[in-house]
Amino acid sequence: MQADLRPDAPTKVRRTIKYESERVKGFGREVMAVPGCDQLVRCIQCGTCSGTCPLSVYMDHSPRQIMALVRADFKDEVLRSNSIWLCASCYACTVECPREIRITDIMYALKQRAIKERLYPKRFPIPVLAREFTNMVRTKGRITETLLVMRLFMKANLGAVLSSWRQGIGLLRTGRFVLRQERIEHRAELAAMLATTDNHAEPAPKHNQEAA
Amino acid sequence: MIYSYFPGCSLKGLGRAYEESLLPVMRHLGVELVELEDWNCCGATAYMSVDESKACVLAARNLAIAEKAGAHDLVTPCSACYLVLNKTKHQLHDSEQMRSTVQRALATAGLTYGGNTPVRHPLDVLVHDVGLDVVKEKVVRPLKGLKVAPYYGCQVVRPYATFDDAWNPTTMDRLLTTLGAEVVDYPLKTKCCGASLTGTLPEAGLRLSYILLKEAIRRGADVIATICPLCQFNLDAYHDKLAKRWGPVRIPTVYITQLMGLAFGIPAKELGLNRCFVPMKPLPAEPAPAPA
Repeated sequence: MQADLRPDAPTKVRRTIKYESERVKGFGREVMAVPGCDQLVRCIQCGTCSGTCPLSVYMDHSPRQIMALVRADFKDEVLRSNSIWLCASCYACTVECPREIRITDIMYALKQRAIKERLYPKRFPIPVLAREFTNMVRTKGRITETLLVMRLFMKANLGAVLSSWRQGIGLLRTGRFVLRQERIEHRAELAAMLATTDNHAEPAPKHNQEAA
Repeated sequence: MIYSYFPGCSLKGLGRAYEESLLPVMRHLGVELVELEDWNCCGATAYMSVDESKACVLAARNLAIAEKAGAHDLVTPCSACYLVLNKTKHQLHDSEQMRSTVQRALATAGLTYGGNTPVRHPLDVLVHDVGLDVVKEKVVRPLKGLKVAPYYGCQVVRPYATFDDAWNPTTMDRLLTTLGAEVVDYPLKTKCCGASLTGTLPEAGLRLSYILLKEAIRRGADVIATICPLCQFNLDAYHDKLAKRWGPVRIPTVYITQLMGLAFGIPAKELGLNRCFVPMKPLPAEPAPAPA
């Protein structure tokens, strides 16, 4: 952006650095309290994670910056960044980190948080895929990839259907295009299992009923 | 040798050629794989991005079913399944809170998690249980002259594998040498293929696949051998788009088990080799075995 230096130019300026008061105090500590994320406190900002990450070149904040931002309570910057969604879980950073910080797991904790608080770029296909994936697993018990991808295209990126027609034909030709939904036998059982984690606080509504 | 077998969703879908080649090859070696009854999706990377407890419950159901089925090791060929099942074991071992959450969930179906089923990869089983000498005995059609780039991908070797190195694994290299193939030096053997980003964010994801393919060609490989259904799909099924963006990088990518099958004299058709987008050329000249 070029500064407008005319004498009658509007005096609008934009601050590029945050004041301390704008941070969300406690965010870093909350993330570090997630099992597996506690080692973040030991980060020395060496940048090995950013160096090993095959996707850091596309990220708005490199993994090293994400680690620093989390620790310094920059919640919005972290949860709205594309970095956490670009992490492909290759675990290169986790294996290489000299401080044994489980960076991939921290990225997962941040993804969970961003989904919970709905803080991700709209129509960004990666969280949409995650949501469609979990829906299919919860109701069917298994994933049928071709059906999942079609749902993703419909929800996030209709244009992709058109640009992928050759691939679709290839899948048909090689017998890999599966239209029959795979499902498990005990679907209700699985759904009930997953539901038990919904009510952490009061695991005993039964007793209430009995009492009533 | 009997193992419990967790195929995972991919091996019934896009990666069906992996199962189609794994089963006959293992049978050929006297290894019996007994498929887990009513197994469910491991959760892969997607479920972990949404809900950690549920992701653990999902994976633990499979582990509990495996325990109930008997004291056999659980073999899973898909890299994501291998990682998730092992990761869940670690999480349940490390966190008492997670353990009780999972046990409570499993109890609703009369299941329980004891934590004593090892989760293993076929590579591990082939090299360390079956043994390369036994594999060698079964080779009737050595892959002489075939130059193979061994591609391991990420999630089998990182971060939980104990059977091979995280950066420079060699089990597949040794297996390929045993089959008579020529293993090309392939330093990208554990680099990420782009995973699901090839579909969700092609600019970033496809570039990673492109780099892998281009380097394999530059190193003189005829074919890339892989052990993961998603790696296979990414390296095999996007050639149109890759060529349009950056130029052609046509080289076939097959499962290691398909190459084993060929070396064992199993017909290509029975190994799912017809399912590749980029077909593998017939093996280099050597008198073909007498037609049956």
